Amino acid sequence: MLEHALKGNKKYWSWLFFLAVIILVGFYFYIKQFNYGLGITGMSRSVSWGLYIAQFTFIVGVAASAVMVVLPYYLHNYKEFSKVTILGEFLAIASVVMCIMFVTVDLGQPFRVANIFLHPTFHSLMFWDVLALSGYLVINVIITRVTLGAEHKSIKPPKWIRPVIIISIPWAISIHTVTAFLISGLAGRPFWLTAIMAPRFLASAFSAGPALLVVFCLIVKRYTKFDPGNEALKKLGLIITYAMCVNVFFILMEFFTTFYSGIPGDVSHMQYLYFGIDGSTRLVPWMWTSALLALISLTLLIIPKTRKNHKILFVTCLMVFVSIWLEKGLGLIITGFIPNPFGKVVQYWPTIPETLISVGIWAFGFFLITIFYKIALSVRKEIEI
Amino acid sequence: MNKSRRNFLKIAGIAALGVTADKFVDAHAQDTAKKVIKKTIDAGKKTVKSKVVQKERLAMVVDLRKCVSQNGCTKCIDACNKTHNIPDFGESKDAIKWIWKEPYENAFLDHENFYLTEEFKNKNVPLFCNNCDNPPCVEVCPTQATFKREDGIVMMDWHRCIGCRYCMAACPYGSRSFNWRDPRPFIKDINPDFPTRMRGVVEKCIFCDERLAEGLPPACVEACTEKALVFGNLDDPESEVRKLLKDNFSIRRKPGLGTNPEVYYLV
Repeated sequence: MLEHALKGNKKYWSWLFFLAVIILVGFYFYIKQFNYGLGITGMSRSVSWGLYIAQFTFIVGVAASAVMVVLPYYLHNYKEFSKVTILGEFLAIASVVMCIMFVTVDLGQPFRVANIFLHPTFHSLMFWDVLALSGYLVINVIITRVTLGAEHKSIKPPKWIRPVIIISIPWAISIHTVTAFLISGLAGRPFWLTAIMAPRFLASAFSAGPALLVVFCLIVKRYTKFDPGNEALKKLGLIITYAMCVNVFFILMEFFTTFYSGIPGDVSHMQYLYFGIDGSTRLVPWMWTSALLALISLTLLIIPKTRKNHKILFVTCLMVFVSIWLEKGLGLIITGFIPNPFGKVVQYWPTIPETLISVGIWAFGFFLITIFYKIALSVRKEIEI
Repeated sequence: MNKSRRNFLKIAGIAALGVTADKFVDAHAQDTAKKVIKKTIDAGKKTVKSKVVQKERLAMVVDLRKCVSQNGCTKCIDACNKTHNIPDFGESKDAIKWIWKEPYENAFLDHENFYLTEEFKNKNVPLFCNNCDNPPCVEVCPTQATFKREDGIVMMDWHRCIGCRYCMAACPYGSRSFNWRDPRPFIKDINPDFPTRMRGVVEKCIFCDERLAEGLPPACVEACTEKALVFGNLDDPESEVRKLLKDNFSIRRKPGLGTNPEVYYLV
């Protein structure tokens, strides 16, 4: 089955080559970071988590979002998702791999990572997150391997795979819940200390993840014989619409509680993020871009005519993805540290090496997705070899 | 799988079982031995009675009235930096701080008071790791590289820390520093009696546990000529720290978070 990844046309190979170059650039800078230390990044004593952890948080959501196709297809037997489900599962695998890479490049002593298992610490959410993520990876590898393998041999998948698939549904919810707990349980960081952090994470995940899936489906549709089906795309569009509504609603909830209660420690973070403090406004334009994109995409999603038009849906989904990326993959983590525990604003911006390492990991994710999708589509003979 | 390989695996499996069984027996024997020893000790304790096995809860009392009168003083900081091989990078981004000073208003953010007495207005106060009784950093650390000792000191194991900086996110006091790069070239005179750290690990004030072990007070306490820093055992009603807290009004940083900080400030 894996041999399908080794056969492809010129476009396939040049795309992979292009990604490989970006990955190598990222790797080069990681070696530099490894030798110098994390001081090569923009992180500081005040802002001690940055782009890496923010990417991790965002991508866990993409991984969890596979449940939005798995659940209707397997639990409700929604046949229209027969073609996109495997793509969703592969997206989950690639995402979890990216998550693991982002956490690893963030470690000061990566070679000691085994200490998490050698000294398992049940009161640390980090331990549970590692467990949840690696479990999710294993589950999805098994599911895709078995279901696609069966298809490859034109036989029915074994019966035991069904319970594994069912388990993957709550497990997907769990990975993003535990990731939210990672930050929402810290008494000293009021910006994250909110009970709706996990629901917020899930809402943003279930809009950004399926949005990315729609983008992928439409790209693959254009270059191959693959067709996800109009019904499937329509349903995905609807899922994104609902999730995005809830997502925006939750963010507005945070605004209300923070600003109406007016507790200075809580207000200061939100103020920094959306309005800036004493001229420190580095994230402000990005956050308003995010808000604007959310507003436009939500409008285009709610109007049935624009939602059902594939060309417009493609652009809308890109907007949803970018909007949530800015909010979650940039603003959310960094702002938890600004202002710092002394009420001082120390700003953060990723450095070039830090950015290129992150881009390299993203490229690795795309590399994996390309190979996975190539295998899946080849098995289904929806692609010329 | 061929037959010999299968047999080999079988034998290996049985052997492994045997080894674990052996270990189990060993552990059991040790356990019994331990129990016997513990009983003996307990019996001994009963006859000698308390006093000897006094509990310890180490804490620091900072007399801010004495401290702020010397606003520019950095004696405690200098002594700490020298004792603990703390690097000076000459910039704030990568800075390592065990003791440092912040204006009163920033140190006690939730004590906001526009009409603060002139005595404290814009005056720098010394900050330490609070060595909390309920330390959030210990709670989140995924490897127990930071842990609370029985005497209350929140310790760091620099050989176990993986540098995830979860503790820095959890600390409400900004008391933890990360080695963003190799600190060694930036230490002026290396003190051979204390380990230097490598890049990629977190560190903080540990109440000079290495000096306490030798019966010495923390380096900062010794260095303070104003006698503004007092260190001692809160569990001992006769200790100086207890007497100071009994006779003077004291505050702590962010007590509302439930961390139970063990650095007290007299105002």
